[in-house]
Amino acid sequence: MSPRAAWRLESLGFADVYEYVDGKLDWMAAGLPTEGTNAQQPRAGDIARKDVPTCGLKDRVGDARERAKAQGWDAVVVVNDERVVLGMLRSKELAADADEAVETAMRSGPGTFRPFVSLHEMAHFMIEHKVESAPISTSDGRLVGLLLQKDVLDSMKRKKK
Amino acid sequence: MPKEIDRDDVRRLVAGGAQLVEVLPSPEYEEDHLPGAIHIPLRQIDSRAGEMLDRGRPVIVYCWDTA
Repeated sequence: MSPRAAWRLESLGFADVYEYVDGKLDWMAAGLPTEGTNAQQPRAGDIARKDVPTCGLKDRVGDARERAKAQGWDAVVVVNDERVVLGMLRSKELAADADEAVETAMRSGPGTFRPFVSLHEMAHFMIEHKVESAPISTSDGRLVGLLLQKDVLDSMKRKKK
Repeated sequence: MPKEIDRDDVRRLVAGGAQLVEVLPSPEYEEDHLPGAIHIPLRQIDSRAGEMLDRGRPVIVYCWDTA
């Protein structure tokens, strides 16, 4: 649609025309702000817990476990130096041998969701697939936070009141 | 020939005064659009672009993605 619009504008005499090829999906997937009726509704990226503990591939499971415990979490997101999500350590993985490397203990390539996904969609998915928490990442894979099913449902209940 | 740009280019050009135009239908624009975007649905480009846009400034058009 936008290529046609861009070409048409040029033919109408606009000399300096650009096409944002990746469009609104790319913008929203990056977690950038929008305007409009939906912009006021909380989305996955808004209520994802930004303070979720993280660790690197080369860390020890024991260290990740201690970090999680100290912060009251039962999950740790494995990221690289660019905060790109590479894996997850949930309760089962955090219970692995303390000296094991995170790289071998983690669940690789966890499914992530984009920040713009509505809470309604997230609730539906999380309940249907029995997902208690899900990492939220930008389109280039960087961690935004961990979304908890409990937070999604609480937020929706508050909205109804 | 229109130039294809990415997200960073959009931000840079808008900061420099470019006009941002969403060409999707009304409901989609009303729900979510990029900050400051003007709405001219594709079918109305011919009739409305001349009155709504400044020919002296760059224009960036977008829809959902490349489709």
